[in-house]
Amino acid sequence: MAGTEVLGRVSWRTGKVVALHDETSTARTIALVVSDWPGHIAGQHVDIRLTASDGYSAVRSYSIASAPNSDQRIEITVERLENGEVSPYLTQEVMVGDEIELRGPIGGWFVWRSDQTEPIQLVAGGSGIVPLMAMIRSRLESQSNAQFQLLYSVREPAAAFYKDELEAISKRGDSLLLTYAFTRITPKGWPRPPGRIDAALVSVSVWPTDLAPTCYVCGPTSFVEHVNGLLIAAGMDRGKIRTERFGSTGERK
Amino acid sequence: MNANISYLDGNAAGGELSRIFNVDLTAAEGQCVNCGTKGRFADAHLYVDCPGLVARCATCDHVLLRLVNTGERIFLDVRGMAYLTTRPVQS
Repeated sequence: MAGTEVLGRVSWRTGKVVALHDETSTARTIALVVSDWPGHIAGQHVDIRLTASDGYSAVRSYSIASAPNSDQRIEITVERLENGEVSPYLTQEVMVGDEIELRGPIGGWFVWRSDQTEPIQLVAGGSGIVPLMAMIRSRLESQSNAQFQLLYSVREPAAAFYKDELEAISKRGDSLLLTYAFTRITPKGWPRPPGRIDAALVSVSVWPTDLAPTCYVCGPTSFVEHVNGLLIAAGMDRGKIRTERFGSTGERK
Repeated sequence: MNANISYLDGNAAGGELSRIFNVDLTAAEGQCVNCGTKGRFADAHLYVDCPGLVARCATCDHVLLRLVNTGERIFLDVRGMAYLTTRPVQS
Protein backbone atom coordinates (compact mmCIF):
# COMPACT_ATOMS: atom_id res chain seq x y z
CA MET A 1 0.00 0.00 0.00
CA ALA A 2 1.99 2.94 -1.23
CA GLY A 3 1.24 6.08 0.70
CA THR A 4 0.11 4.34 3.87
CA GLU A 5 3.52 3.24 5.12
CA VAL A 6 4.11 6.56 6.78
CA LEU A 7 1.10 8.01 8.45
CA GLY A 8 2.04 11.56 9.24
CA ARG A 9 0.16 13.64 11.77
CA VAL A 10 -3.33 12.38 12.32
CA SER A 11 -6.10 14.91 12.24
CA TRP A 12 -9.82 15.03 13.01
CA ARG A 13 -11.92 14.34 9.96
CA THR A 14 -15.62 14.04 9.23
CA GLY A 15 -17.14 10.76 8.14
CA LYS A 16 -20.59 10.43 6.63
CA VAL A 17 -22.59 7.34 7.55
CA VAL A 18 -23.53 5.54 4.32
CA ALA A 19 -24.76 2.17 5.57
CA LEU A 20 -25.70 0.35 8.78
CA HIS A 21 -25.81 -3.38 9.32
CA ASP A 22 -26.58 -5.34 12.49
CA GLU A 23 -24.05 -8.13 13.12
CA THR A 24 -25.73 -9.44 16.30
CA SER A 25 -28.47 -8.19 18.64
CA THR A 26 -25.90 -5.90 20.30
CA ALA A 27 -23.37 -5.10 17.58
CA ARG A 28 -23.67 -2.94 14.50
CA THR A 29 -21.43 -2.28 11.54
CA ILE A 30 -21.27 1.36 10.47
CA ALA A 31 -19.94 2.21 7.02
CA LEU A 32 -18.51 5.70 6.65
CA VAL A 33 -17.25 7.69 3.72
CA VAL A 34 -14.45 10.04 4.72
CA SER A 35 -13.70 12.41 1.84
CA ASP A 36 -10.07 13.11 2.84
CA TRP A 37 -9.31 9.53 3.98
CA PRO A 38 -5.64 8.77 3.24
CA GLY A 39 -6.11 4.98 3.18
CA HIS A 40 -5.40 2.49 5.95
CA ILE A 41 -3.70 -0.81 6.70
CA ALA A 42 -5.59 -3.82 8.09
CA GLY A 43 -5.47 -3.76 11.90
CA GLN A 44 -5.51 0.01 12.37
CA HIS A 45 -8.13 1.86 14.39
CA VAL A 46 -9.87 5.21 14.46
CA ASP A 47 -10.77 7.41 17.41
CA ILE A 48 -14.35 8.60 17.34
CA ARG A 49 -15.34 11.80 19.14
CA LEU A 50 -18.89 12.58 20.16
CA THR A 51 -19.62 16.04 21.48
CA ALA A 52 -22.78 16.87 23.45
CA SER A 53 -24.61 20.19 23.08
CA ASP A 54 -23.04 21.38 26.36
CA GLY A 55 -19.56 20.84 24.92
CA TYR A 56 -18.81 17.63 26.84
CA SER A 57 -17.00 15.24 24.54
CA ALA A 58 -16.00 11.59 24.72
CA VAL A 59 -13.42 9.82 22.55
CA ARG A 60 -13.34 6.06 21.98
CA SER A 61 -11.18 3.86 19.75
CA TYR A 62 -12.74 1.45 17.27
CA SER A 63 -10.92 -0.94 15.00
CA ILE A 64 -11.50 -0.73 11.28
CA ALA A 65 -13.22 -3.88 9.97
CA SER A 66 -12.91 -3.24 6.25
CA ALA A 67 -9.99 -4.02 3.97
CA PRO A 68 -7.83 -1.20 2.65
CA ASN A 69 -9.47 0.34 -0.43
CA SER A 70 -9.28 3.44 -2.55
CA ASP A 71 -12.91 4.43 -2.06
CA GLN A 72 -12.44 6.62 1.05
CA ARG A 73 -14.75 4.15 2.75
CA ILE A 74 -14.25 2.43 6.08
CA GLU A 75 -16.39 0.18 8.24
CA ILE A 76 -16.28 -0.20 11.99
CA THR A 77 -18.24 -2.73 14.05
CA VAL A 78 -19.33 -1.51 17.47
CA GLU A 79 -20.51 -3.67 20.36
CA ARG A 80 -23.06 -1.96 22.59
CA LEU A 81 -22.12 -1.67 26.25
CA GLU A 82 -24.96 -0.95 28.65
CA ASN A 83 -23.10 1.77 30.52
CA GLY A 84 -21.12 3.03 27.56
CA GLU A 85 -21.00 6.71 26.67
CA VAL A 86 -20.41 6.26 22.97
CA SER A 87 -21.43 2.74 21.93
CA PRO A 88 -25.20 3.09 22.66
CA TYR A 89 -25.31 6.08 20.31
CA LEU A 90 -23.33 4.31 17.58
CA THR A 91 -25.38 1.11 17.79
CA GLN A 92 -28.87 2.52 18.31
CA GLU A 93 -29.20 6.15 17.34
CA VAL A 94 -26.90 6.91 14.46
CA MET A 95 -28.60 7.08 11.05
CA VAL A 96 -27.52 6.97 7.43
CA GLY A 97 -26.55 10.50 6.42
CA ASP A 98 -25.26 11.49 9.88
CA GLU A 99 -21.78 12.95 10.20
CA ILE A 100 -19.31 11.59 12.74
CA GLU A 101 -16.03 13.12 13.85
CA LEU A 102 -13.09 10.75 13.67
CA ARG A 103 -9.31 10.70 13.85
CA GLY A 104 -7.14 8.18 12.05
CA PRO A 105 -5.99 5.83 10.76
CA ILE A 106 -3.98 5.08 13.91
CA GLY A 107 -1.41 2.40 14.70
CA GLY A 108 1.54 0.96 12.83
CA TRP A 109 2.31 -2.20 14.83
CA PHE A 110 -0.89 -4.22 15.18
CA VAL A 111 -1.23 -4.38 11.39
CA TRP A 112 -1.02 -6.97 8.64
CA ARG A 113 0.47 -5.85 5.34
CA SER A 114 -0.27 -7.75 2.17
CA ASP A 115 3.46 -8.23 1.50
CA GLN A 116 3.78 -10.42 4.61
CA THR A 117 4.14 -14.01 3.40
CA GLU A 118 4.60 -15.92 6.69
CA PRO A 119 1.75 -17.97 8.20
CA ILE A 120 -0.63 -15.85 10.25
CA GLN A 121 -2.36 -16.94 13.44
CA LEU A 122 -5.31 -14.85 14.53
CA VAL A 123 -6.94 -15.23 17.94
CA ALA A 124 -10.06 -13.19 18.69
CA GLY A 125 -12.10 -12.78 21.85
CA GLY A 126 -15.59 -11.36 21.26
CA SER A 127 -15.46 -8.04 19.43
CA GLY A 128 -11.69 -8.53 19.14
CA ILE A 129 -12.53 -10.12 15.79
CA VAL A 130 -12.92 -6.68 14.17
CA PRO A 131 -9.29 -5.78 13.28
CA LEU A 132 -8.59 -9.44 12.48
CA MET A 133 -11.51 -9.42 10.03
CA ALA A 134 -9.86 -6.46 8.29
CA MET A 135 -6.73 -8.64 7.92
CA ILE A 136 -8.74 -11.59 6.55
CA ARG A 137 -10.52 -9.29 4.08
CA SER A 138 -7.25 -7.63 3.15
CA ARG A 139 -5.69 -11.03 2.44
CA LEU A 140 -8.53 -11.85 0.03
CA GLU A 141 -8.53 -8.44 -1.66
CA SER A 142 -4.79 -8.55 -2.23
CA GLN A 143 -4.90 -12.19 -3.41
CA SER A 144 -2.21 -13.01 -0.88
CA ASN A 145 -1.23 -16.63 -0.45
CA ALA A 146 -0.25 -16.23 3.22
CA GLN A 147 -1.70 -19.06 5.29
CA PHE A 148 -4.26 -17.73 7.75
CA GLN A 149 -5.76 -19.48 10.74
CA LEU A 150 -8.38 -17.96 13.05
CA LEU A 151 -9.32 -19.12 16.53
CA TYR A 152 -12.43 -17.15 17.49
CA SER A 153 -13.75 -17.24 21.04
CA VAL A 154 -17.35 -16.13 21.56
CA ARG A 155 -19.91 -16.53 24.32
CA GLU A 156 -22.42 -18.33 22.10
CA PRO A 157 -23.11 -18.88 18.39
CA ALA A 158 -25.46 -15.87 18.21
CA ALA A 159 -22.68 -13.58 19.46
CA ALA A 160 -20.34 -14.25 16.52
CA PHE A 161 -19.73 -11.38 14.09
CA TYR A 162 -19.37 -11.89 10.29
CA LYS A 163 -20.51 -15.51 10.60
CA ASP A 164 -21.65 -16.12 7.02
CA GLU A 165 -18.71 -14.31 5.50
CA LEU A 166 -16.19 -16.23 7.62
CA GLU A 167 -17.93 -19.48 6.74
CA ALA A 168 -17.78 -18.65 3.02
CA ILE A 169 -14.13 -17.62 3.15
CA SER A 170 -13.11 -20.70 5.12
CA LYS A 171 -14.72 -22.94 2.50
CA ARG A 172 -12.64 -21.44 -0.31
CA GLY A 173 -9.84 -23.96 -0.42
CA ASP A 174 -6.84 -22.90 1.61
CA SER A 175 -8.08 -19.39 2.35
CA LEU A 176 -8.61 -19.61 6.08
CA LEU A 177 -8.69 -22.28 8.76
CA LEU A 178 -11.46 -21.39 11.18
CA THR A 179 -12.11 -22.71 14.68
CA TYR A 180 -14.70 -21.41 17.11
CA ALA A 181 -14.40 -21.66 20.88
CA PHE A 182 -17.76 -21.17 22.62
CA THR A 183 -17.44 -20.11 26.23
CA ARG A 184 -21.07 -20.36 27.44
CA ILE A 185 -23.36 -22.04 24.91
CA THR A 186 -22.35 -24.29 22.00
CA PRO A 187 -24.34 -25.30 18.93
CA LYS A 188 -26.09 -28.66 19.24
CA GLY A 189 -23.75 -31.63 18.94
CA TRP A 190 -20.62 -29.45 19.22
CA PRO A 191 -17.69 -31.71 20.15
CA ARG A 192 -16.11 -29.40 22.74
CA PRO A 193 -17.97 -28.43 25.93
CA PRO A 194 -18.33 -24.70 26.52
CA GLY A 195 -15.18 -23.15 27.98
CA ARG A 196 -12.32 -20.74 27.50
CA ILE A 197 -9.53 -21.41 25.06
CA ASP A 198 -7.11 -23.86 26.70
CA ALA A 199 -3.81 -25.57 25.91
CA ALA A 200 -5.55 -28.54 24.28
CA LEU A 201 -7.45 -26.27 21.87
CA VAL A 202 -4.31 -24.25 21.14
CA SER A 203 -2.46 -27.45 20.26
CA VAL A 204 -4.95 -28.30 17.48
CA SER A 205 -6.07 -24.90 16.21
CA VAL A 206 -2.91 -22.79 16.20
CA TRP A 207 -0.06 -23.12 13.69
CA PRO A 208 2.81 -25.24 15.03
CA THR A 209 5.76 -23.18 16.25
CA ASP A 210 8.11 -24.55 13.58
CA LEU A 211 6.13 -22.62 10.96
CA ALA A 212 7.12 -19.43 12.84
CA PRO A 213 3.74 -17.73 12.46
CA THR A 214 3.11 -14.13 13.35
CA CYS A 215 0.28 -14.08 15.91
CA TYR A 216 -2.30 -11.35 16.34
CA VAL A 217 -4.36 -11.56 19.52
CA CYS A 218 -7.23 -9.15 20.12
CA GLY A 219 -9.91 -9.00 22.79
CA PRO A 220 -10.58 -7.89 26.35
CA THR A 221 -7.41 -7.46 28.43
CA SER A 222 -7.94 -10.60 30.52
CA PHE A 223 -8.55 -12.64 27.34
CA VAL A 224 -5.38 -11.33 25.72
CA GLU A 225 -3.30 -12.09 28.84
CA HIS A 226 -4.74 -15.61 28.98
CA VAL A 227 -4.13 -16.39 25.30
CA ASN A 228 -0.70 -14.75 25.33
CA GLY A 229 0.27 -17.07 28.20
CA LEU A 230 -1.01 -20.14 26.33
CA LEU A 231 0.86 -19.20 23.14
CA ILE A 232 4.12 -18.64 25.02
CA ALA A 233 3.63 -21.92 26.93
CA ALA A 234 3.12 -23.65 23.56
CA GLY A 235 6.57 -22.40 22.53
CA MET A 236 5.56 -19.40 20.43
CA ASP A 237 8.21 -16.69 20.09
CA ARG A 238 7.18 -13.71 22.26
CA GLY A 239 8.50 -11.31 19.64
CA LYS A 240 6.07 -12.69 17.07
CA ILE A 241 2.94 -12.15 19.15
CA ARG A 242 1.20 -8.82 18.63
CA THR A 243 -1.64 -7.91 20.92
CA GLU A 244 -4.46 -5.40 21.09
CA ARG A 245 -6.43 -5.09 24.31
CA PHE A 246 -9.91 -3.65 24.75
CA GLY A 247 -9.81 -3.29 28.55
CA SER A 248 -12.05 -5.03 31.05
CA THR A 249 -15.08 -3.02 30.01
CA GLY A 250 -14.70 -3.88 26.36
CA GLU A 251 -14.92 -0.21 25.45
CA ARG A 252 -11.58 1.31 24.64
CA LYS A 253 -10.96 4.84 25.68
CA MET B 1 -10.76 -14.22 34.43
CA ASN B 2 -9.35 -11.34 36.40
CA ALA B 3 -11.77 -8.45 35.99
CA ASN B 4 -9.32 -6.10 37.71
CA ILE B 5 -6.88 -5.98 34.85
CA SER B 6 -7.46 -2.46 33.68
CA TYR B 7 -4.69 -1.67 31.25
CA LEU B 8 -4.82 -1.47 27.48
CA ASP B 9 -1.74 -1.38 25.26
CA GLY B 10 0.38 1.24 23.57
CA ASN B 11 -1.77 1.05 20.42
CA ALA B 12 -4.51 2.91 22.29
CA ALA B 13 -2.21 5.92 22.84
CA GLY B 14 -1.67 6.34 19.11
CA GLY B 15 -4.39 8.94 18.67
CA GLU B 16 -3.21 11.19 21.52
CA LEU B 17 0.45 10.87 20.53
CA SER B 18 -0.46 11.84 16.98
CA ARG B 19 -1.44 15.28 18.30
CA ILE B 20 2.20 15.86 19.20
CA PHE B 21 4.28 13.81 16.77
CA ASN B 22 3.95 13.50 13.04
CA VAL B 23 5.11 9.88 12.91
CA ASP B 24 3.27 6.87 14.29
CA LEU B 25 4.97 5.98 17.57
CA THR B 26 3.07 2.76 18.30
CA ALA B 27 5.45 0.86 16.02
CA ALA B 28 8.53 2.65 17.42
CA GLU B 29 11.00 0.60 19.44
CA GLY B 30 11.99 1.84 22.86
CA GLN B 31 14.04 0.69 25.82
CA CYS B 32 12.92 0.69 29.44
CA VAL B 33 15.46 2.56 31.62
CA ASN B 34 14.66 0.32 34.57
CA CYS B 35 15.02 -3.24 33.24
CA GLY B 36 16.59 -2.61 29.84
CA THR B 37 13.89 -4.47 27.90
CA LYS B 38 13.59 -3.32 24.31
CA GLY B 39 10.17 -3.47 22.73
CA ARG B 40 7.59 -1.82 20.56
CA PHE B 41 5.69 1.00 22.19
CA ALA B 42 2.50 -0.82 21.09
CA ASP B 43 3.37 -3.63 23.53
CA ALA B 44 3.61 -1.35 26.59
CA HIS B 45 0.75 -1.52 29.08
CA LEU B 46 -1.36 1.60 28.92
CA TYR B 47 -3.44 2.87 31.82
CA VAL B 48 -6.22 5.24 30.86
CA ASP B 49 -8.28 5.42 34.08
CA CYS B 50 -6.30 8.38 35.35
CA PRO B 51 -5.88 12.04 34.46
CA GLY B 52 -4.09 11.44 31.18
CA LEU B 53 -2.30 8.35 29.92
CA VAL B 54 0.38 6.28 31.66
CA ALA B 55 2.39 3.67 29.76
CA ARG B 56 4.28 1.05 31.75
CA CYS B 57 6.88 -1.51 30.74
CA ALA B 58 5.22 -4.86 29.98
CA THR B 59 8.14 -6.65 31.62
CA CYS B 60 8.85 -4.73 34.85
CA ASP B 61 5.93 -2.27 35.13
CA HIS B 62 8.22 0.77 35.28
CA VAL B 63 6.55 3.98 34.08
CA LEU B 64 7.72 4.66 30.51
CA LEU B 65 5.58 7.63 29.53
CA ARG B 66 3.04 9.99 31.01
CA LEU B 67 0.89 12.20 28.84
CA VAL B 68 -1.59 14.73 30.16
CA ASN B 69 -3.63 17.05 28.02
CA THR B 70 -5.40 19.73 30.04
CA GLY B 71 -6.86 21.41 26.98
CA GLU B 72 -4.59 24.41 27.49
CA ARG B 73 -1.28 22.56 27.78
CA ILE B 74 0.08 19.13 26.93
CA PHE B 75 2.52 17.59 29.42
CA LEU B 76 4.74 14.74 28.24
CA ASP B 77 7.15 12.80 30.47
CA VAL B 78 9.22 10.15 28.69
CA ARG B 79 12.07 9.75 31.17
CA GLY B 80 11.18 6.06 31.65
CA MET B 81 12.58 5.30 28.21
CA ALA B 82 16.28 5.35 27.39
CA TYR B 83 15.39 5.97 23.76
CA LEU B 84 12.60 5.60 21.25
CA THR B 85 13.47 4.90 17.61
CA THR B 86 11.41 4.86 14.46
CA ARG B 87 11.71 5.57 10.77
CA PRO B 88 11.47 9.20 9.73
CA VAL B 89 8.63 10.55 7.66
CA GLN B 90 9.33 10.14 3.95
CA SER B 91 8.02 12.85 1.75
